[in-house]
Amino acid sequence: MITFEFLISAISLASLYALLALGLVIIYGILKMVNFAYGELIMIGGYVLYLVGSNTNLPWLIVAVAAVLGAMAVSYLTELVAFRRVREKSLTALLITSFAVSTLLQNGALLIISPRAKAVALPKVFSTSVTLFGITTPMRSILTIAVSIALLVGLTLLFRYTILGIALRAAADNFRMTRMLGVPANLVISSAFVLSGAIAGVVSLFWIGRTASVTPTIGLGPLLIAFVATVIGGMRSLVGAVVGGFVYGMIFIFIGVLLPQTLLNYREAFMFLIVILILLLRPEGLVRVKYAQERVG
Amino acid sequence: MLRVDNLQVRYGAIAALRGVSLRVDEGELVALIGLNGAGKTTTLSAIAGILKPVSGSIMFRDQSLIGRSPEAILRMGIALVPEGRDIFPSLTTEENLRLGAFSRHNRSEYRSDLEEIFELFPILEERFHQIGGTLSGGEQQQLAIARSLMAHPKMLMLDEPSLGLAPTLVDQIFTLIPTLRLRGATILLVEQNVDRTLKIADRVYLLNTGRVELEGSPEQLKSQTAIKDVYLGKG
Repeated sequence: MITFEFLISAISLASLYALLALGLVIIYGILKMVNFAYGELIMIGGYVLYLVGSNTNLPWLIVAVAAVLGAMAVSYLTELVAFRRVREKSLTALLITSFAVSTLLQNGALLIISPRAKAVALPKVFSTSVTLFGITTPMRSILTIAVSIALLVGLTLLFRYTILGIALRAAADNFRMTRMLGVPANLVISSAFVLSGAIAGVVSLFWIGRTASVTPTIGLGPLLIAFVATVIGGMRSLVGAVVGGFVYGMIFIFIGVLLPQTLLNYREAFMFLIVILILLLRPEGLVRVKYAQERVG
Repeated sequence: MLRVDNLQVRYGAIAALRGVSLRVDEGELVALIGLNGAGKTTTLSAIAGILKPVSGSIMFRDQSLIGRSPEAILRMGIALVPEGRDIFPSLTTEENLRLGAFSRHNRSEYRSDLEEIFELFPILEERFHQIGGTLSGGEQQQLAIARSLMAHPKMLMLDEPSLGLAPTLVDQIFTLIPTLRLRGATILLVEQNVDRTLKIADRVYLLNTGRVELEGSPEQLKSQTAIKDVYLGKG
């Protein structure tokens, strides 16, 4: 039953989940805030696809780039308009702000566009299949895997070799010390939001690509997945998020095949049962940091 | 170079500094000593822009530091090596140092700066690619100081650099500080190790419950009975 085709689709979903989790943890690492408005960035990507795609004759690739840029811009704006103002206040204030931003964006879409699902035009590659080495797989799965790998490699290079990437990682370790080395707080946080938005934008292409439609509440599912995935993987590291997302995706797919037909409705329940088991065995998540955490002061 | 006047800082209802005044001249090594809770770290934090004072003034080269962000103050030339070292544990030695040079833009200088750092701290060359969190306490302290030097600060503030280090490493730190000075650094040092601090400092301020109780040269302070009672008597 577990065929090569099946594996490809499992890896495709898992890599999408890995990206999702990474986008959430980039902000969490620095602000220690779970950004509940993260799902809405995927919604924004979807609506840009819908609006630009149905009102212009631009090639799909350009529409897709517009969707990613749209998610990045909105993510940056939420930081500028909402989060920056409450950053110095309590963590609770930040968290509630993220709920408010999420609700505002959702209701904005509801009012301005429509509560009903809007069909999004997708390029042919999303619905075609290819036959490689005698195996037929949907092109979409292969595209998802390729884009995920490319994005992960790109982000790894950014985090490892650019001064901005190093500053972002340092800020996740110790934000105050990073500022004391002359790294502007606003630069670090804005960059984190822009990166998170970019990832959400790319994910939105494939997320919307599965159903070819977008609704105001479409962000809830991916937000929950990203959140649980980061908890599984360990919220303290970027690698943890990627691993968590990948594992979550794989488990989800495998439960789908292994559960008997009668229990398939309880897929989510079994999913969370496994998550609870993982957390019981490894409370800090799958990926632990390699050094002792010293708490000073 | 640095002039602090009547500085007051509060943590909620608790007054941590009740009017501290001090000055550091160019090229000087000034030490702040005092018991735990006297306000030494608070003074450094206020200068570095981490804490907002209630009143008082902090002038650095004729510019006020009040209300400036920590990143702006670093760019003006003041670097703080905080207590407990605060290196980035998940970054390598190299990345820690690169970040120290964040405020500098000259790539070729970065290379020659590294050479100088390796001369001062040979161990850091050996540990160049190692994760910061896996370095020993003494190595982390050296990295923290080296990282601050990468920014070419005009004034270096060291908060208890010898705290929690093995005796041989304490020796190393106390030989390093005069070396840094010979290279032209202006240093504001906070230390618990009063004996050794008095040997290297130009001037000393003794803080007690948020006030400057005594100030003067190490000789002047040694002759005062207060410091003998509080510190030197204990050995």
